Amino acid sequence: MVCAVRGLVKTYPAARGRRGVPAAPAVRASDGIDLEVRRGEVFGLLGPNGAGKSTLVRQLTGLLRPDDGSVHVLGHDLVRHPERAARLLGYLGQDSTALDELTVALAAETTGRLRGLDLRAARAERDAVIEELGLGELAGRPLKKLSGGQRRLACLAAALVGERPLLVLDEPTTGMDPVARRAVWAAVDRRRAERGVTVLLVTHNVIEAETVLDRVAVLERGRVIACDTPAGLKALVADEVRVELVWRDEPPLEAPGVAALREAARASGRRWTLRMAPEQARAAIATVTGGPAFAALDDFTLATPSLEDVYLALGGRSEGAEGLVKA
Amino acid sequence: MSVVPAEAVSGEDARPGAGAPTGGAPRPGGDAVPAPLAARARLLPALAAVYRAQLSRARVARIPLLFVATFQSVGIMILMRGVVDGGVEARSVVAGSSVLVVAFVALNLLAQYFGQLRASGGLDHYATLPVPPAAVVLGAAAAYASFTAPGTAVTAVVGSALFQLPMAHLWVLVAVIPLSGAALAGLGAALGLLAPRQELATLCGQLGMSAALLLGVLPAERMPAVVSYARDALPSTYGVEALARSFDSSPDWLVVCADLGVCAAVAVVSLTAATWAYRRAAVR
Repeated sequence: MVCAVRGLVKTYPAARGRRGVPAAPAVRASDGIDLEVRRGEVFGLLGPNGAGKSTLVRQLTGLLRPDDGSVHVLGHDLVRHPERAARLLGYLGQDSTALDELTVALAAETTGRLRGLDLRAARAERDAVIEELGLGELAGRPLKKLSGGQRRLACLAAALVGERPLLVLDEPTTGMDPVARRAVWAAVDRRRAERGVTVLLVTHNVIEAETVLDRVAVLERGRVIACDTPAGLKALVADEVRVELVWRDEPPLEAPGVAALREAARASGRRWTLRMAPEQARAAIATVTGGPAFAALDDFTLATPSLEDVYLALGGRSEGAEGLVKA
Repeated sequence: MSVVPAEAVSGEDARPGAGAPTGGAPRPGGDAVPAPLAARARLLPALAAVYRAQLSRARVARIPLLFVATFQSVGIMILMRGVVDGGVEARSVVAGSSVLVVAFVALNLLAQYFGQLRASGGLDHYATLPVPPAAVVLGAAAAYASFTAPGTAVTAVVGSALFQLPMAHLWVLVAVIPLSGAALAGLGAALGLLAPRQELATLCGQLGMSAALLLGVLPAERMPAVVSYARDALPSTYGVEALARSFDSSPDWLVVCADLGVCAAVAVVSLTAATWAYRRAAVR
């Protein structure tokens, strides 16, 4: 076991309203969380914005003290000894302010030195990781001058310098193009294969979660509502498929059968999403492609369930599902 | 590098099995034997790394501000030339304007930097690295203080030429810049890290710089008693005094050293406070 969390509770106190800032009620950002991460796995935390993913991660990295519960990482009690986290894990946070005005190379080298490497080792690891992530051409440029995805990749480079048995990555691929994403997952895989590194990954991207995670915990309002392999979770909703309809303009409610579909659909602009049994889905597709409704149809898809459907089936807020990214 | 450097297992809290339950039961959810901890970064190498990174940051982003600080000080001296005509007053104008450059960068800009770092969550980066808090604070303070050196020297030389003051003892800047720089940078870092909001950190930095300007540049003899107490309480004053005394043909070095000693003492106190504030801000 690399990381074990028991009964974790964290409540942010209510904030008094100030001029221009409305008052906020107390928020229970972690509400009795239990988790176990096994050695060598890529473990994901999936949930929409505000589900409590980053709060959980900040408690796992010793940055935030929980109100109650325990966090053990590699056998160390991080609630009692939060300062040990820095010597056990590498952390990629969401903010890059500390590195923004440094060049990519200096950011990686400095981080390595502050992780306890001597100058020679820090420079060797800097060069290796810059090469590995394909950042060679950008090495001499300040992070501030890079695009969002490039900057994220540079921050990841800094997080990877100086080996650690556990990597905690908070939305590492935000804003990255596919080439950069592939470089990230290749780097993660290599560390796992060669050194048995464990990865704890925060994401709100369901496609990414399905393709890279070994196991995933689904978070909703500070609680883990499910925890299994992506395939295991999807088996929960295996008897359903998802139909998406996109209309050219106004939906043709007068066409036969369309009004009935409207009842079952979750509409978001011109897009309708329906979850139904496969035979119903076939009938629905026949309805919209066969009759006069077809003229009004822009696009349709029929798909097997994704983790987003799992999230909804488990009782996730429907508005919360909008926070899950599918691209 | 190995994940387990030799020194990692020599630390007291890193002994395998240290703190493990004696009953033989596995600890809750953890491995029976805690994994060895990676080495901490040692103070001096970490300080050097932070210093180098901060100086490069300053070079990239702060050079225009150093120009502003220098032009501001030179402009003030040109203005004051119409008011004072040599003597003791001219010395304090030149010394005050020179130390003002230090206050602008070390106090004002460093308070803003730490305020911004704290507000944005940038401190997390340092807090998740095994680096001594003193290395982060001292490295940043030292970088900002040394970044003021060219502007301060230029201001002192231009001022001496403008008011026909002797430049023979300007070498004293070698002590004035680091000591008043350390005192003001420590103050700036502490303000930036303690201010509850980023805007307040900026405000404190600006006010501190304005105080250094008004109380340092204007001749002390004309001030009301209350204001002169405030002047005595401001650490930059002692840097100004030390520099002003060095314009004498035969300076009283004992008094100069006493002034610089005050700067050094304030530096120790304010940097200690800033380190404490950093520790407090890093773990919330």
